Amino acid sequence: MNFEFSEEQVMIKDSVARFVRDEYDFDTRRKIIESDEGISRDFWAMFAELGWLSIPFAEEYGGFGGSVEDTVAMMEELGKGIVVEPYVSTVVIFGGLLSAASNEALKAEYIPKIIDGSCLGSFAFLERQSRFEIADIATSAVVSDAGFIINGEKTVVFNAATANSLIVAARTSGDQFDPQGISLFMVDATSPGISVDSYKTMDGQTAATVTFNDVQVSDSQLLGAVGQGMTIVDQVMPQILMALSAEALGIMSTLNTITVDYTKTRQQFGTPISSFQALQHRMVDTFMACEQSKSLLYRGLCAATEVAENSQAGSVELQKSAHALKATVAKYGKLIGEEAIQIHGGIGITDELNIGHYVKRLMTINVTFGDGDFHQKKFNQLSYSSL
Amino acid sequence: MDINFSAQDLEFRDEVRAFFASEYDANVAQGLSSGQGDDYKQAIVSWQKKLHAKGWIAPGWPKEYGGTGWSVTQKFIYETERGAAGIPDVVPFGLKMVAPVIYTFGNEEQKARFLPRILSSDDWWCQGYSEPGAGSDLAALSTTAEYAGDNYIVNGRKIWTTFAQYADWIFCLVRTSKDVRKQQGISFLLIDMNTPGVSVKPIPTIDGKHSLNEVLFEDALVPRENLIGEQDKGWTYAKALLAHERTGMAEVADSKRMLANLKQRAAAEVNGGQPMIADPVFQMRLSDIEMELMALEYTELRVFASMASGGTPGPESSLLKIKGTEISQSIHELQLQLAAYYGGALQGDLSNQQLGHSFAAEARKSYMYGRAATIYGGSNEVQRNVIAKAVLGL
Repeated sequence: MNFEFSEEQVMIKDSVARFVRDEYDFDTRRKIIESDEGISRDFWAMFAELGWLSIPFAEEYGGFGGSVEDTVAMMEELGKGIVVEPYVSTVVIFGGLLSAASNEALKAEYIPKIIDGSCLGSFAFLERQSRFEIADIATSAVVSDAGFIINGEKTVVFNAATANSLIVAARTSGDQFDPQGISLFMVDATSPGISVDSYKTMDGQTAATVTFNDVQVSDSQLLGAVGQGMTIVDQVMPQILMALSAEALGIMSTLNTITVDYTKTRQQFGTPISSFQALQHRMVDTFMACEQSKSLLYRGLCAATEVAENSQAGSVELQKSAHALKATVAKYGKLIGEEAIQIHGGIGITDELNIGHYVKRLMTINVTFGDGDFHQKKFNQLSYSSL
Repeated sequence: MDINFSAQDLEFRDEVRAFFASEYDANVAQGLSSGQGDDYKQAIVSWQKKLHAKGWIAPGWPKEYGGTGWSVTQKFIYETERGAAGIPDVVPFGLKMVAPVIYTFGNEEQKARFLPRILSSDDWWCQGYSEPGAGSDLAALSTTAEYAGDNYIVNGRKIWTTFAQYADWIFCLVRTSKDVRKQQGISFLLIDMNTPGVSVKPIPTIDGKHSLNEVLFEDALVPRENLIGEQDKGWTYAKALLAHERTGMAEVADSKRMLANLKQRAAAEVNGGQPMIADPVFQMRLSDIEMELMALEYTELRVFASMASGGTPGPESSLLKIKGTEISQSIHELQLQLAAYYGGALQGDLSNQQLGHSFAAEARKSYMYGRAATIYGGSNEVQRNVIAKAVLGL
């Protein structure tokens, strides 16, 4: 039994924490968000130099050969700084799908470029009608002489405007809701027929509507077997959910710390408001909420270790843990965010204070790849449908 | 991170499983679930004697006093298997509450005199802490012990004393000095329940059972050798052990078992022909609990793991108590909800079979008595005060 991060992981955490503390203060972040691209290329180059972009990738492609645990250690610290550079989009999701795929040529071409910072990537999966069911895909990829022709529209493609490359989920067979018949393609973001309408999101990041109008791709751009895209997505999803939840956990613990500290300095009725039991008990509840969420993250990591060591056993436990984690982070993230604002009082709803910005990132994480209710429903299906 | 068990751990798990499977038979289970009268006491004592004979009665004790010498992982495995087999935990007052005080703060005579009879369940202990005027504010207690000759003369009332009707001994916090800070004048005294002047009055509870009592002391003479440690230091001794008491209150293994039973019952109970387990609203209520319990299991493991690497259970044990009791109550609530009309039936002579929904009566009783879980062992509000002060520095 072991619940400690390894020495290496603690070094990663410390290095990200130092960056957040020394270089990524609130004003710096604000200026980055207000810039044209909405991210700092300088910081991204620095991430590459520090090796952060190499963490989850196999050593044969120049990666660090890390596990989901390493990614999680990193994400928690990035969350504490609400870092807007697209680590999740590029490394965790885009890189994760690529790594899990079987196309060696694509891996050999793209992973080194992710690691050296020259490739920013994004996953285009969502459509107007699909909400949280990833397999609800109408965008089509029809066989042509030279490979496939993609037509359709993808919405809320995070960081699409800065991405050089997109992984696009398109239907090669089956009806609109069929999990079979979805294929993943590696597509150059500047390919003819692609248009990107980008906008800013409340959490300081960017998203875009991306339309595909007769976009020609070749067979070699397929990530895996034709029609088997969901297998790759399903395989990577637990680690995506854990990485997002780790980011959320970093935010939740930060909100709690800021709030507790604030009550010790804010005076009302001639005394610090931290002395009021009505507030104390609420802060205890948010503390416990954070600890319980962390326990589910660790549970997921233990399940992932189990799956990694024995590829079949434990995969249901891993899925259940990941759903429980995402659902719990949704519930407790909301509690912690709302309590942080309430306990701060009026200042808590100002744009000037950092609290609201942490809360808005939590809100975005909540809806990313399924909100709390969605994951709880999935959890219920896995747990109760066979009884 | 992993919770991998070594080959030895797995071997140990098999041994525990095999022991429970062979020794905890239907007779024992029946005796331990009836919950009333002398037969109940007898059933508990004979089960605990079996554990004692196996050497497994006191996993929490140091080995020199009769503990098992198990690793933290083994203790976890043992607890998990116990809960999974539906076996109630040992009665805590002797084994988990007074014994650690005796082996930590008692003298050699006291250890030799009391510990073996606690291990063998030959002595039944109860806890004399709360009083009518001292609940959450325990240090306000007013039961007095006046030192006279070789004895203390004890006068006062203890309340909420679980199983005092079965007890041979009671461990009490008593006031030995006035005119000092209220925590400083308290002593830790062991009192024979057969002492003249000690009497027990039952307090029937809302589950219709008798487990709680009032214990009265009227000029009861207690020999000085029954004082633990130094006079007026009792508060320190009691407090040192509170964190241990709370750690045990997470009751994860028991809640897992209750939840598994609840799911089975929800698969059998129907509404409009549909099993309740398939009802989407019921499923949400169920998974609210299940996910919280999955988290608590790992919260507890994290506390265990930090204890294994040398830490002592600190204020985080209050978290285990709060969450553990909230979860067990929420399971009771959902179980009673499942029982619907039948939860209200006072069956009289009707058997479970005649009435149907055989879990319903127990569901009501568990729900009603289960309300106590967030009150005893330091109410959950007091636990929140502990965390606010010791963890958050408020």
